[in-house]
This record gives sequence, C-alpha cells and structure tokens, in this order.
Amino acid sequence: MPRPGFVLEVDKSTPPTLFWRGEGFSLEKLPADRSRVIYAPEPLPALDDIDGAIRHALLNPIDQDPLPTLLFPGMKLTIAFDDVSLPLPKMKRPDIRQRVIEAVLDLAAEAGVDDVHIIAALALHRRMHEFELRHAVGDRVYDAFAPRGMLYQHDAEDPTLLSYLGTTPQGEEVEINKRAADSDLLVYVNINLVAMDGGWKSTATGLASYRSLRHHHNPDTMQASRSFMDQHKSELHKSNWRMGKVMVDSGVKVFQIETTLNNDTFPSPFGFLSKREWEWSAKDRASFIGTKKALDRTPNRIARKIFHNIEAPHQMTSVQCGEVGAVHKITTEHVYKQQLVEVQGQTDILTMGIPYISPYNVHSILNPILVMCMGLGYYFNLYRGKPLVREGGVIIMTHPTPWEFHPVHHPSYIDFFEQVLSETTDPHVLSAKYEEKFANDEWYRHLYRTSYAYHGVHPFYMWYWGSHAMQHCGRIIIVGGEARSVRRLGFTPASTLNDALELASDVVGRSPTITHLHAPPIMIADVT
Amino acid sequence: MATRPSVPIPLAARRVTARAVRSTRRTTVSVRSTIAKAGFPYRKPSVPGGISVPKEPSKLGANFDTEWARSPVANAVRAVVTEGPLRMLVHGVATPSVYGADRLEDFKPRDDEDARPLIFTPNHHSHLDTPLSITSIPMPWRRKLVVAAAADYFFSSQLKGTAAALMLNALPLDREATGRKSMEQITDLIADGWSLVIYPEGGRSPDGWGQDFKGGPAYLSSKTGAPIVPMFIDGTGAIFGKGMKRPKPGKTKVVFGAPMTAAEGESTRRFNARIERAVSILGDESLTDFWTARQNAAKGSTPDPKGPEFQSWRRTWTLNEQRKRGTTGLRVRQKRVWPEL
Repeated sequence: MPRPGFVLEVDKSTPPTLFWRGEGFSLEKLPADRSRVIYAPEPLPALDDIDGAIRHALLNPIDQDPLPTLLFPGMKLTIAFDDVSLPLPKMKRPDIRQRVIEAVLDLAAEAGVDDVHIIAALALHRRMHEFELRHAVGDRVYDAFAPRGMLYQHDAEDPTLLSYLGTTPQGEEVEINKRAADSDLLVYVNINLVAMDGGWKSTATGLASYRSLRHHHNPDTMQASRSFMDQHKSELHKSNWRMGKVMVDSGVKVFQIETTLNNDTFPSPFGFLSKREWEWSAKDRASFIGTKKALDRTPNRIARKIFHNIEAPHQMTSVQCGEVGAVHKITTEHVYKQQLVEVQGQTDILTMGIPYISPYNVHSILNPILVMCMGLGYYFNLYRGKPLVREGGVIIMTHPTPWEFHPVHHPSYIDFFEQVLSETTDPHVLSAKYEEKFANDEWYRHLYRTSYAYHGVHPFYMWYWGSHAMQHCGRIIIVGGEARSVRRLGFTPASTLNDALELASDVVGRSPTITHLHAPPIMIADVT
Repeated sequence: MATRPSVPIPLAARRVTARAVRSTRRTTVSVRSTIAKAGFPYRKPSVPGGISVPKEPSKLGANFDTEWARSPVANAVRAVVTEGPLRMLVHGVATPSVYGADRLEDFKPRDDEDARPLIFTPNHHSHLDTPLSITSIPMPWRRKLVVAAAADYFFSSQLKGTAAALMLNALPLDREATGRKSMEQITDLIADGWSLVIYPEGGRSPDGWGQDFKGGPAYLSSKTGAPIVPMFIDGTGAIFGKGMKRPKPGKTKVVFGAPMTAAEGESTRRFNARIERAVSILGDESLTDFWTARQNAAKGSTPDPKGPEFQSWRRTWTLNEQRKRGTTGLRVRQKRVWPEL
C-alpha cells in the first residue's frame, strides 16, 4: 500500500534535504525546529490491464453514448491529443496516448470510418519533432497516418484552418481548429498530470488561436486564479468552461478521454530523487554521490541531454471518457488522490529546487523566463485552499539560471528577455505595451509555423503565469543563479541557501518558518 | 583447348605421403585383428539363435536429452553466442526491422519479479526464422527462452541435436505423433518460467505461402495460462526458403502482436483460429500499415497469408507480386562501384 504524502518537521537529527538545481542537485541543511519538508505521496498502483481498462472506458462512457454508437461510415472523425508538454518527464513507451489512440482506431475501423485525422493540440507551443510524435502516438499510428497527411499539428496562425464559433457572455472570442470544429466527432485524448490539465482546457486551449487564448492567458485571469489546481477558484478554468459551452452550442461534439498517471517519476538509477532522504539505502547514497560527482564534471550541454533522455516509469491509474465536464470531475478526483498532501498553515519562506524540466523546455533549455515560470507559475500554484507561503513572504528557488536560450525553440524569449524585461517586469505594463507587437510579429509567426519555435507571444504567457506569485510575495531569491539573469528577472541572487535565508530575514524577520517543497514528484499542498 | 599447367610434386614428398598411408593402414588392420581375437566381453556378444533382442530406445529424435542445455553454464554460453555471432549472422543476412515490441511492455516484470512466460507463435518460412526470433524477442524473455524444434530434423544425430540444444536452446518436438512427452516437457518448462517459440504451422512453408495453424500452441496456452504472442516474420522465405541451397541476403521485418489468452470457455480450436487470424493481421500490417490492417480486419478482408486457392505457376506468380509490394524479402543488391578515373 503506497504511503500518503508526508510533512516532516525538521529537527537536529534530520539529514540534509535534496534540492534540485537544474541539471544537478545539492543537499542542504534546513534550520531545525522551524523548518518542514513536504514529501509527495508514493506512486499509486497502476491499473492491472491497461488496454482492457481503455476499451472498457470507451464502451462505458460517462453521460455519453458508447463510442461505437457515435461512429458510422462516411463520418468525419478527428482525434486530437496533448502535445509534448505532457507528461513530464516523457513516459516510457508505449505512451498512454498511443494506447488510447490505437483503441479508438480499432473501434473506428470496426465501424467503417475512413476519414480520420489525428491532430497534435499544440495551441501556441512549438511543433513536435518527428521523433516526439512517434514517441507520443507510436510508430504504428505515425507510419499509417503521417505519410498520408492525416496526422499533423495544429496551426494556430493559418486563418484557413481556423473556425470562429462565437463569443461567451463575457465577450471572449472562441476560435478553434477548423477540422476539429467541422468533424462529426472530436475525440480528445488527454493526459492529466496536474489538476489544471484536461476538461475544456484541452480543446478550448489546445486547439485554439491567439485570438481566443488572449482572453484567459492574461495578467488579470492569472492573478485572480487561486490556484490553477483548484477548479472552483481558477479564473483560467472558468474562462475555458465558458468557451466550452460556446463550442457545444455551436455543434462541436466532443468525446473526451482523460487519463491519470501515478507519480512514479524517475527510473531506478535515479530512484533516490523520489525517496525521503532518511530512507536512502547504501545503493541510493552511492548513486547520489556518483551522479553528483559525474554531473559536476559534465558540460551542461551533455548533462541536459542525459536528463532529457530520462523516460519516466509513469503508469496509468485511471481512464474515463464521455462528456467533458463529467469526465473531468472524476479525473480531478484521481489526480487529487495521487497528489494531495495535507499541510497545516502557511509559511514565511517557501523553498523549492527547480529541476531541469518544465512543460515548455522538453529537449531544450530551461531559460531564465522558464525558471521563473516553473517556480512562481507552477510550484507556487501547487496548492489548494491557501498558498503555502503567506502574503508578503519569501520564495527561495535554487537553479543556476544561466543567460542561455534555445535559439530554435525560444526565439521570441530572447527578445523578450533583452528588450522587454530590461524595461519593466510588471505584467500589466508589459502586456499593454508589448504583447500585441510580439504576437503579430511576422518573423515569429513564420518560425512558429514552419520551424520548431514557440509562438511570439509565449514568453508573455510565461510571465503572466507567475504574476500571482510576484504580487503575493515580498521577495523572490534565486540561489546559485547567474546574478545578471536573476536581476533581469527582478529577483535577488544569492550564493548559498544560508545567504538567501539571511537576505530573506529583511522581509520576514530573524526567525521565520520555512517550508521546502520536495518536488518532483508532483504534489498539491492542501493548505488549511 | 588450353590445358592447365600441372605443378610437379617433389619426389621426397610423394614418398613421405605413401609411407604415412601404409603405416595407417597397417595400424588399423592390427587393431581390428586384436579386437577380433579378444572376443566377448571386449566385443559385442553374439545373439543365440531364435532369440530376438529388444531394441534399445533411441536417444535421438523426441528422446534427445536437452536438460543440460538449460544449466547456468549452457545459458551463459548461449547468451554470448546469441548476442555475438548469432546476432551478427542475422544482421548480415536478414537485416531485420522489429515492430510492435512495445505491445509486450505490460508483461515486463516490475522490480525483482520474474518475467511472466510467453508463447511466441511466428509463421515459418525458413531456418533463419529461429535465429531471427531469438535475437528479436525483447529482454527479459530472450534470456529464458526455449524453441520447439522438429525432433525428426534437428535431433536426428547427436551432433546436430547437441548444437541445436546449446546454440538455440531447442527442444525436440515430435511432429509425427501427438507427442505427449514433448507436450509435458514444454508444460513443465513454462511452469518453471521459460518462454517458448513454437511454429504453429509445424514446418517451413514448402512454397512461400503460409500454412494452416496446428492447435499445439493454443492447447499449451490454455493448459499453462501463458499468453500467446502472435508474431509475423516477413522476408525470410526469399532469403533462405525451403529448398534453397544458400542464403541470398535481404531485408526482413518482425512484427509482434498484443499478447492474447483463451477467453472463458473458448475451445482450443476457436482459440487457434483467433491466433491464426491475429498473425494474418500482423502480416497485413507488415505489408501495409497499422490503420489499413485494422480496416481490412474490420471488413474481414485481411489478405489470406495462405495465398490464393489456385495451384501451379499462378501461385508463385502471385507470391512474387506480393513480395514486390513490401520492402522485405527482396534481395539486397550490391552497389555498383565505378572506378575513380
């Protein structure tokens, strides 16, 4: 029986705690008697018969007819799936999307459906490389559909491939992929790694255009979401749901398939990364020392390659399908079951080790903007109820934060960092002054459509993602980060954790409480 | 007509050779006569008249003892042979592409568990099929794998049988009769965690087309609970099919299907038909693609791997046409290299 999450009160006998530092890690001693460490629950057991469970779900959907009854000869069927940003790290083959898509195709073949398109729901993310598509949908599906042009990636910048469906009562425009909108049935294959994934966000965000996305990817929505992981208090969630209603009203028929994974994140050589430090065996300790020593001597580029090649042993814990809202409700329960950890009260200082990966740098560089987004956008928002850190508190992140960008994947990030952040870090100001310019830049548009670049507006969205945390906290410190990058972000650099705690004392006093989020594996703090 | 110039052999060498031959002949004659003089018990006893001596059971064929071939030492030797010379041979001659191994992912053991035994059922066109299967089957099954081999062919002599047992971990399977002994031995091995490669067609294809599946694998699976892994091998028939004197290097494709078990109350005959159908669909998938194969299967129009009904030259003609459709089975032609001028 897997153990639930755990909050450790640090005392003098507590061993040093693992902190991620990008493509590396360190052990840090936290002050005794006023620090605590939050550990994620252990991985839930996987479903016994995964393919059987998928088929059962397709034949017994929630609040919708079984999939075979929705399929008929001559129909237009579109299967959309989550892109490379999920899951993290990429999962061992076969990917869950491959299993689900193959099961759907089996039924489609039985029903005599010929017109099938498979679309990667990228939104404004970069296009996936062929090897990434093959990993996600499997070689069989790729070889059968890609050469015939029936497996492709959503293009949010081609007006001929978009369909405008109307506006919500709040005036939010809904524009999504034309093929998906015109299909007799849109089957969405989702992976729910965190509670904010899935639901109407899959289609209303994944298959949408900038015209649509700007209505919820903005500083106001982000700052009003408390947090993204709590559907009832997330403005992002509400906006996506309103857009979903517009889709339903305009006749888009969606069959949502949602899956959840356990948090078995690292394969056995890196197993110590998911363990509680006092439970490390001699083998774990040897692996840690060996890995750390080797990484300290390895050039960044190679270390990055090694880490991005890690394939997580994630296993599926649930699959459900049918009507979007009803399905997502059950999915969220499964996510909470795996990730929720009860935490009593807020803290003065929240510490977090930022790992090498985020949803937006798969096979790429975690540039300074993404470091911010990972810490303040994702880790800060891993709560339900109240934020882990009190208002006016301090966040301390550990990451090298090099002034380094992937020129192919993140071209607009470079200009955003150089031109925009040098002038202002205020999300509202930079949104008003620069967003349109970046979003409509022809060169960025060209790179998004034909190369492997994130959309021109994407760095703005990353910045908005962290806007609530920036507004909430008194100071943000990055330990071990390149000083000029950290200052450009508007944060305070520190050399060591002790220095950072010293710097934080200006804001939170001499004897603050400290909470360390021992992630990954991912967890959600249920703060009461 | 031009005659080849003969190389003169020196006289001394001819004398030495003649002396060696004479000496060997003399020694042989003397040993023979010594044994003849020695008599029983140094010689075989003579049989009294009117007595018929019961025949000793043969240690060849289905009775060949292969127990030793599964000892740790033999396993270690076989692992070296499989990953070294056998893999090189297969890659050199058959250039295989392996598909569908991900379908076995759920059956891989977690942590320290032993791998669940599986029964692999490929179609059979060539002697190359076994080395190709062994090197394509993913770990951990590859390390604990026995191959059911025709007792009358592979175990007809001590030397052949020993080589087959050591190199391929072959197990004699009696094709002539319903060999209870073979089946019991295989059942025990599966219970001990050994996976099995067995050809449901019984033997190599005589004409390049598939043959009817026999019920053995389905029976074994129902009896032991080990899932059947349908497997399709494409291309080996053209490389080293039955009747060919030497292999013609080419490309091959190995496709693994999803493991299957007998449904509740399903008879061996029906299960066998399901296995045959699964292998046929994989054959279609290897020639076309996953989606086309699924569509054909749903429509019931999966091409019959046993080929067309008609006989004679038209059957061969159709086979050649089919081979042209895929990338496998075709001979890899030598690249012409023109001299630098």
